This record gives sequence, C-alpha cells and structure tokens, in this order.
Amino acid sequence: MSEKHIFDEMWGSDEVLRGPYSEFQNWFQDEDLKRLRAKQREAEEVFRLAGITFNVYGRSEAEERLIPFDIIPRIIAGREWQKLCKGIEQRVRAINAFLHDIYNRQEIIKAGRLPKEMIAKNEAFLPQMIGMTPPGGVYTHIVGIDLVRTGPDQFYVLEDNARTPSGVSYMLENRETMLQMFPELFSRNRVQPVQNYPANLRRSLAACAPPNCEGRPTVAVLTPGIYNSAYYEHAFLADQMGVELVEGHDLRVINGKVAMRTTHGYKPIDVLYRRIDDDFLDPLNFNPDSALGVPGIMDVYRAGGITIANAPGTGIADDKAIYSYMPDIVEFYTGEKAILENVPTWRCSEPDSLAYVLDNLSELVVKEVHGSGGYGMLIGPTSSKKEIEEFRKKLTARPANYIAQPTLALSTVPIFTKTGLAPRHVDLRPFVLCSPEGINITPGGLTRVALEKGSLVVNSSQGGGTKDTWVLED
Amino acid sequence: MLGKTANGLYWMSRYLERAENTSRLVETGQRIGLTRLGQDDDEWASVMRSASVLEGYAENHDEVTKDAAINWMLRSKDNPASVLSTISDARQNARLVRTALTHDVWEAINGCYMAVKEALAHKVSERDLPAVLGLIRQRTALVRGATHGTMLRNDIYDFTRMGTFIERADATARILDVKYYVLLPSAFAVGSSIDNVHWETILRSVSARGGFRMAYGSQVNAHDIAQFLILDKRMPRSLNFCATKIHNNLSYLASDRAEAPQSSLMSQALVERFMNHSIEDVFDYGLHEYIQTILGMLCKLGQQIEKDYRFYE
Repeated sequence: MSEKHIFDEMWGSDEVLRGPYSEFQNWFQDEDLKRLRAKQREAEEVFRLAGITFNVYGRSEAEERLIPFDIIPRIIAGREWQKLCKGIEQRVRAINAFLHDIYNRQEIIKAGRLPKEMIAKNEAFLPQMIGMTPPGGVYTHIVGIDLVRTGPDQFYVLEDNARTPSGVSYMLENRETMLQMFPELFSRNRVQPVQNYPANLRRSLAACAPPNCEGRPTVAVLTPGIYNSAYYEHAFLADQMGVELVEGHDLRVINGKVAMRTTHGYKPIDVLYRRIDDDFLDPLNFNPDSALGVPGIMDVYRAGGITIANAPGTGIADDKAIYSYMPDIVEFYTGEKAILENVPTWRCSEPDSLAYVLDNLSELVVKEVHGSGGYGMLIGPTSSKKEIEEFRKKLTARPANYIAQPTLALSTVPIFTKTGLAPRHVDLRPFVLCSPEGINITPGGLTRVALEKGSLVVNSSQGGGTKDTWVLED
Repeated sequence: MLGKTANGLYWMSRYLERAENTSRLVETGQRIGLTRLGQDDDEWASVMRSASVLEGYAENHDEVTKDAAINWMLRSKDNPASVLSTISDARQNARLVRTALTHDVWEAINGCYMAVKEALAHKVSERDLPAVLGLIRQRTALVRGATHGTMLRNDIYDFTRMGTFIERADATARILDVKYYVLLPSAFAVGSSIDNVHWETILRSVSARGGFRMAYGSQVNAHDIAQFLILDKRMPRSLNFCATKIHNNLSYLASDRAEAPQSSLMSQALVERFMNHSIEDVFDYGLHEYIQTILGMLCKLGQQIEKDYRFYE
C-alpha cells in the first residue's frame, strides 16, 4: 500500500486543500507552534485532572491511563454527513428488524438469506430472548457504527456495535476541551453541537419505558464498578443525565420490579442502561458466578417490569460472522440496497475462503469473530513472518472463529506533532440513539487516530488517540 | 440517594479528615522535637498513639525513630491510616460517588490525590517536610473550600459533613485520651515546664493555639484546655461543636421522615451531654472514663447511621 493512494481528509489525494478545512487552515497558518504545543500540554492536564482515564486490563494495580487527545479537529462537511446519516439510519433500522425477526419468526432463515447455523451455533444468540419483544420494540437503544473512509465519497462500515458501545464520553469531553482551548476556532466555523447527547439519551431511554411504568420513568446506569475500564464513562453519563449510577449489589428484585437501595429504602427502576455484558446480567439466568448483575432481572424483564438497554442478545447482530451478511440483512428488511458498504469479508468457516485467506495472510487483516478492542487480531502487512505463522496455526485450529478482510487504505487526517501537522490514519464511531420516537444521530462521533506513523490500529488499548470531530453547518 | 452513595460520601470525607489530622500530628511531632533540646524520639510514640497508628508501626518496626515514624504516618502503604493511603481511599470513594459531586469538588479531590501522590512518591527529607506538610494542608483545604462553595445543601452535603465531624470528634477525643493525664488537676498543680510542652502538643494537634489564645489569653492551664476542647461551642474541633454539627446534619436528613431514626436520637443524647455538663462534672466523672464513653458513643452512632441510611443493605 503506497502513500499516494491514501486519501487525506485535509489535503485530498493531490495536496489540494479540501473545503471543510479552509477556515481551519487560515487559522492554523497564523498560529505559533509554541503556543499550540503549550495548548497540547494544557489539554492533557485538563483530562488528567478531570480523571478522564481508562484502566488497562492485565496490568498491575488497575493502572489508570489517559487516552491521548490530539488538538487538531477532524472536519466533515454537512452534506457528507447527511449522506452518512441516511446510511446509518437504514442500517440501524435493519439491525432492529433483524433482531426482532431472529428472536421471533426467523423469516430471514426461512427465506434462505442467512444460514441457520449462523444463529443456532452462535454464542451471541440468547435463547432466553426467543418470543420476547422488548418495550417499544427497540433492541438497540444505543448503537455505535464504526466507519472508515478510503476516498472523498467512499466510506465502509468496519463493524456495528450493538451491545454496549463505549466512547461517547470522549466525544463530549473532547468537544468541551476544544471549546475551552480554542474558542476562536468555533467563532470562525459553524460546528454542529454534540452537547445534547446526554439529554437525548435520557429522553430516548425514557421513551422506551416498560408497560407497567407509572409516572415519569426512573432511569439508572448499571456499571460493573470503579475498576472497569470504562467506569469514567459510566459515571459521566449518569451524572450528565442526572440519574443514579448503580452496581449489581445496589439492586434487588422486589414485587416484580428491579429496585435500587436508597437511603430511604428500595426504589423501583423502569429503565436500566446497563454497561455490563449479557453473560453477567443475571446469575439466575446466565453465568451463575456473576456478582455484577441482578438475580432474577431477566424474569422481571420478560414480565414487562423493566427495560434493559440494550436488550440482551443484541450481540447476534454485531457478531463479526453475521457482519458479512449485513448487506443482505439490510436489503431483506428495508427492501433497499444498503447505502453504506461493508468491507469485503472472507468467512473462514467456508473452506474456499479459508484457503484464500491462508494463501494471503500477509496482505489481510484477520479478526476474531467475537473479539473486540483490537485484541487477538492479525494485521498481515505489518506483521513479522513469525507472527503470521503463529497466527496461521490458530486460524487452522479454529477457522470458524475468524473472518478476514483486505487491508484498507484508511484515510488520514493531520495530527499535531512537534514539528507541525502530520497525517495519521483514523476511523469514526458515530453514536445512534433508537426509541419509538425515532432515530437520533449525534453529528460527529468519536474519531480514533493511530498516533504512530503508518499504523492502522486506532484502538485506545493499543496506543490510539482521539480527536474532536466536527460536522460543519453547510 | 443510593445507600452506597451515602456510604461513599461519608467515607470520602472521613478519609480526607483523617489525612489532615494525621499530617497535623506529624507537624506537631516535628515541631516539638525541634524545640526540645537533648531529648530522644519518645515524643513520636505518643504522636503515633494519638493518630491510632502506633500498633501497626510496632508490628513493622523494632524501635521508634523520628524518620521511620514520619515515613509510617505520611507515606507507608502498609499503614492504612497514612496520609497517602487515606487520600487514595478518599479519592477512590469520590470516584464511586462521582455523580453526587460537583465538578469542582471532584477536581479538587483528584488534584489533591495527584499532588500528594507525587509529593510522597519518595521518602520525604527533613528539609522538604515543611513544604510537603504545607501542600497536604492546602490541597485538603481546597477540597473543603470547593465543597463549601459549590455543593447544594442537600442530603449529599449532609453525609459529607457527617463523615467529617465523626472523624474529627473521634480524632480530638483520641488526642485527649492519649494526653489525659496531663490535663488532670493533679498534673496542673505540678506545673513544670514539661507540662507546657504537653499542652502545646495538645493544642497544636488540633490547630487550636491561636483560638485558645483568643478565648483564654496566653495563660495555659489544664482546666481551660479541657473546657476548650470538650465543651466549647465555637471551637471547630471541640467535641461539643462536632456533636452539634453531626446532630444538625442528621436532623436535616430525618426531616422528611415520619419518625426520627435511632441515629438522630443518639446524636441528640450526645449533644445534651455536652450542653448539660460543666468541665467540673467531667473531671468528677473521671476524664479518661468520660472520653472513653464519648468514643464508645461515637462508634455506636457511626454504626447506627450505616443502618438507618442503608449503607450496606
């Protein structure tokens, strides 16, 4: 993959400044690098003091680290965004229709558009959800769609996050920090606001309240606790929404409701935005060893006593093996061709595909079907022979556990380095809220950036950073 | 409010108060040591006893030395009551109750933790000690200021304040208990220069030298010190003052309940004790016994608050 094929979102493929960046460039030309370096340090201090940190798994003493923040905004034109929104909305509608179908009539399987074993043998499929329709018919209250870009008009969906997508607090804090540090930039550009997200989230969750909810729905956020890597975000969202942040041991099933222990006794909850995995949700119905969940919550849920967001079992829709069927899924439920393209994907469970993947390991990206966070994946072009051979063994042993994709020429955007701007690869995670009232997409989202030159790994757990993402008012 | 949150707020402020008290005792020990000529490090055993950390120290050390005592009290990870341990615990509790705190309070606590952790990352040399102690004092004062200036006066505030005053009352009572023999009328009669050192220790340990001078002038005597630290209504570290604050906060919390919870009745009893007794009564009862009774009441009150407000179940 040579440099010249890479699309830079500021300078295009041929060093011509692109429209959305023109005001930014005017500003940047007159800026003093020394001042910007000081601003970069200032930003770090802001994040550290606010405690916007994440815990690294597998490290001693639950070490807290900062996600590096880059002060150069990523800028998207309003009309580019509108097009993306159409595609995202279509995809999210399809995902919800798919989930309802899969847990009820399974028409898509009967129609022969999805092999039965994709569901039957899938660990992400929850039999407890069969025949159940969640309140308001919404499965994925919060979705994060990971997008990558390879050209001016070419976006791909890298993956759908339909379980408990994280990162939205960084979207909000990044903007807050930029507003504080560079107010003049916001006077010169008309940037669509993201600050309504917490209020929208609360409204959206409340709109999904269960049938037996009386009065104003009580919403709470369920966290695994302060040692979880995303605890900051859980506390942040609860705080911003003005709702309680609860842990499993604060909750108990009383009179057919899930209730939280307050200083005045137990108080029922109507909508629970849970940030723990399905498996830990209910020791009576799932993993019996879970101390994080609430015994019996699934029974309350099935009886219509509480809304769980996202619904249990949504993982079947963002599974990487299902991903490859997404274009069919979108078409099947919306009757339209998918607006957003998938990255071409080889399912290693299929012998022909496996053979191709094994022959071309050095050029492909191979991912675990159930993996996340950039762990357990192979990036062929940047891996050593030894790494590739080791991965080959894993792949041959459990082919169905993997999918493979070509290495895309991800777009770059400039980051601020000691010597000025330098291009780095990025992806984008827009955040989508679903409720019976409609689908709401916050303009922008979280841009993750690989800080190492040439690197394609943007995950924060692997040394990636984040940027403020602007959608301009055209 | 969640019971867990009440618990977290209460302990957050107890730990902050404890950190402050411990650092003040280190300051006192250092000051007394420097102004006494030709003495050994005996004073440090007494200082550590006042901070209730002597037992743990003895389990980990063969002898009491000034350096080891300061290290134990300020930064030892083996000492759960060291300044570093308690500030970490306070911050951990603050993270737990992050949604109940204002941005300012959270940043003050997090900033306090970051600064203190850095300052105590290595052994503190004698010449850096005043600066480090000053930093701890300033950083904890900043948290108090942010709390005072930005928090709503609601149940969140009440639990925070209660933690502060239970811890403070406990600390003052313990300091008095360690030095009670100095305050006995018989000791007063002796009036030697050694006694002056003890008195100064007591007053410094509770930051009360200036306050005492304002109230009683420069003549120090046991009777007035005991009066000041136990019964005074204006001295912010006196047992009476702390008990009154605890009772007020418990009353606010109970105001929307049909029946006053047990803890409110207990704090009422505690306050009445200080209102009705004169210092002569206290001495007649026996100072040591009196303080032991107070410590016992404080401990039971703490447990009852946990029950009444569903801290754990």
